Amino acid sequence: MSLLTIKDLSLKIGDAEILEDVDLSVDAGEILGIIGESGSGKSMTALSIMQLLPSGSTSAGSIRLDGEELLDRNEKQMCALRGNDIGMIFQEPMTALNPVKTIGDQVAETILIHGSASRGEAREIAQQTLERVELPADKFPMGRYPHELSGGQRQRVVIAMAIALRPRLLIADEPTTALDVTTQAQILTLLKKLVDEDGMGLILITHDLAVVADLADHIAIMQKGVVVEAGETLSVFRHMQHPYSKTLFSASNHVPKRAANRTIDRDDIVLRVNGVVRDYPGQRVSLFKKPEAFRAVDNVSFSIGRGENVGLVGESGCGKSTLTRSILGLNPIQGGEIDLFGQPVNTDMPNSLRAGIQVVFQDPYGSFNPRWKVDRLVSEPFYLMGSFPKDTHQRVAKALVEVGMEEADMDKYIHEFSGGQRQRIAIARALILEPDLIVLDEAVSALDVSIRAQILDLLAELSDRLGLSYLFISHDLGVVRAITDRVLVMRDGVIVEEGDSQDVFNNPQHEYTKALLGAAPDIEQALAARESAKN
Amino acid sequence: MLVFILKRMISLLLTLVAASVVIFFVIEVVPGDPASFMMGFEASEEAIEALREQLGLNAPLWERYISWISGLLQGDFGTSYTYKVPISDLIGDRIWISLPLAFYALALSMLIAFPVGVIAAAKRNSAADVSIMGATQLGIAIPNFWFAMILVLFFAIQNHWFSAGGFPGWDDGFWVGMKGLTLPAISLALPQASILARVMRSSLLDTLDEDYVRTARAKGLSRRQALWRHALRNAMIPVLTIIGLQFSFLMAGSVIIEKVFFLPGIGSLVFLGITQRDLIVVKSVVMLLVFAVILVTFLVDIAYAFVDPRLRKGR
Repeated sequence: MSLLTIKDLSLKIGDAEILEDVDLSVDAGEILGIIGESGSGKSMTALSIMQLLPSGSTSAGSIRLDGEELLDRNEKQMCALRGNDIGMIFQEPMTALNPVKTIGDQVAETILIHGSASRGEAREIAQQTLERVELPADKFPMGRYPHELSGGQRQRVVIAMAIALRPRLLIADEPTTALDVTTQAQILTLLKKLVDEDGMGLILITHDLAVVADLADHIAIMQKGVVVEAGETLSVFRHMQHPYSKTLFSASNHVPKRAANRTIDRDDIVLRVNGVVRDYPGQRVSLFKKPEAFRAVDNVSFSIGRGENVGLVGESGCGKSTLTRSILGLNPIQGGEIDLFGQPVNTDMPNSLRAGIQVVFQDPYGSFNPRWKVDRLVSEPFYLMGSFPKDTHQRVAKALVEVGMEEADMDKYIHEFSGGQRQRIAIARALILEPDLIVLDEAVSALDVSIRAQILDLLAELSDRLGLSYLFISHDLGVVRAITDRVLVMRDGVIVEEGDSQDVFNNPQHEYTKALLGAAPDIEQALAARESAKN
Repeated sequence: MLVFILKRMISLLLTLVAASVVIFFVIEVVPGDPASFMMGFEASEEAIEALREQLGLNAPLWERYISWISGLLQGDFGTSYTYKVPISDLIGDRIWISLPLAFYALALSMLIAFPVGVIAAAKRNSAADVSIMGATQLGIAIPNFWFAMILVLFFAIQNHWFSAGGFPGWDDGFWVGMKGLTLPAISLALPQASILARVMRSSLLDTLDEDYVRTARAKGLSRRQALWRHALRNAMIPVLTIIGLQFSFLMAGSVIIEKVFFLPGIGSLVFLGITQRDLIVVKSVVMLLVFAVILVTFLVDIAYAFVDPRLRKGR
């Protein structure tokens, strides 16, 4: 008998069908990977097991833990079960911990709330559990507050809270999505270790196929509330049946086709960054002492030629966003110079120069004014020019068609569009002034893989046809590899490696680049390792 | 934490100095000569000049500032132009009405607002929540002087349980004094409690939606436990801010209620000082109120740091 068996689970929130006849099972000591894009119902499946669904939800079917039906349990019985028999880890470690309580108290609370130990014993178990998630007491005493820890360390605390009572089942909902690749690799290794040590079942929910290819024993692929394909990991990956699984698989490794007649003119320099230094003023500790500055960007130099797509990769806090802001002329620099088409970039550069460089940001939801129609949103950059051209409408229409939208979309509001469509509109807004350089700041990071593949195709096609140069900033190595000609690897404000994208990714020279590439999960490598282990 | 408190204290002192300078100079440049005002329209130039000399109005500005401040520090606020009595006596009589009244009203306000706000948030969209929200809306809308008169009509005139106005003093014991302040305190507390309850509710609703509350539920805490142990303390920051503002208001903003109940409080003193151009009274009382406000702000800051460890590292 399986540890957890879900049969014919359906879920409705109000009138909306969220899940339909979901069947899943997990054995003790086994990892089940649930894969799906946003809205596929993977998180709702997890919350159904925990019975922590939003109000107005009605579920039907059966969820059995060791043969015992969970859907028949009342709230009080579920409280006794949560944290004790089933632990859960969430996506966002920065907000998952209570900011006003120490980490020791928060881990001990899991033990105390179930009355499993006295206060003193609970603290002792909490201490041991923190050791197990590799937060040793000498470096991370229990009196630490969450804000004193990094994202990865906080996720370890969340894991400690979930496993303190050695539950039979652990549910991890996108546990590493918000983390850097190197941290992600550490957290995944930790989860694997805990599963092996305690023999618990783990449900690993993720949108990232590479993560499950590496870790999961079984996988289930979900789409729109239905499990479309499930089975043993290797056989599912090697013999995909369902068209959606195939789409997902090819999209996650997608490399856009480039035009054969594409021209890159490295001598016609569009953007030149020379010895740029950017200091942030530190926190003022005293009224009479000058605050110490923090150097976010340290002596960075590179250039982008016409038609060239340059990638800038690095983990969070490496200074890539700071550098971007300076390149856009939004932040002053403390040293070096930035030239756009040979003219200096600074915070009070003329608008006509600004028109030559446009930007697309990460969040397709937050980067539009919700009260404006698409027409006005896309034509807004004309303010830079001082006046709107007579054919503004036609130009907006042209830009929309160029990014695969329709002319009629002009009269709609932004909330009527999906995330992928919004990102297309953001690109249209960047295109409207016919710039030579577009800065793409994590522009595809918030998108589902299938949408991401479409946007990458679009970007490649636009660059090839219009001769656009890109500065493509991302933490996602796979994406950077797929779209860029040249790549810069940044760490602690310094460019540590630079070169032709294929060279850098195939044959990294710097230790840091090697570490980054080593930590990034790779589907083919993982599957090959599985095959060789089998034989 | 100690460093934090020390830093806040230094900033408190600096703020006080800055405030005193501003108050002093603003009042000095206000047109109108107190000496001629005191002597009346008929007074001769010489008499006014003599009075100016006596009041020290002819000394240079900075000298007058220093002497004012050193006086303040020794508890000597100067002499009222109109009443011709030491201002410290004027304030002394009234502070023992205004201060207890403010504390009384604030305590009532918190006593009502906390449970009401928590219940409304915990039972969001229930009948209890809707009626509480309706009641607080009414509490904010009703002018407090009108409410005060209703209280007087019912409790004093119809039923004789409380006196309709005046203050018996503290000589007959604590409870007699408190009883005398009860009706004014209730009328002051009503709108304050309504505002505070709404802030409490919305702040708690915000924190109940936070990820860490969901994490707590995943650990096995019931809804109620998650609210008390995790959401409530995080919800206190905006509530503390409002409490601080309310106290400052209650210290000086209760002129109308003081009038309704014939209470000689600080608010009435400022009002009199302004209408009679008794600038030295205004100056001193305003300084005192500023001191009270800054002190309350300081205490609220310390309370923030107690609630939230992230604020403990000095700013």
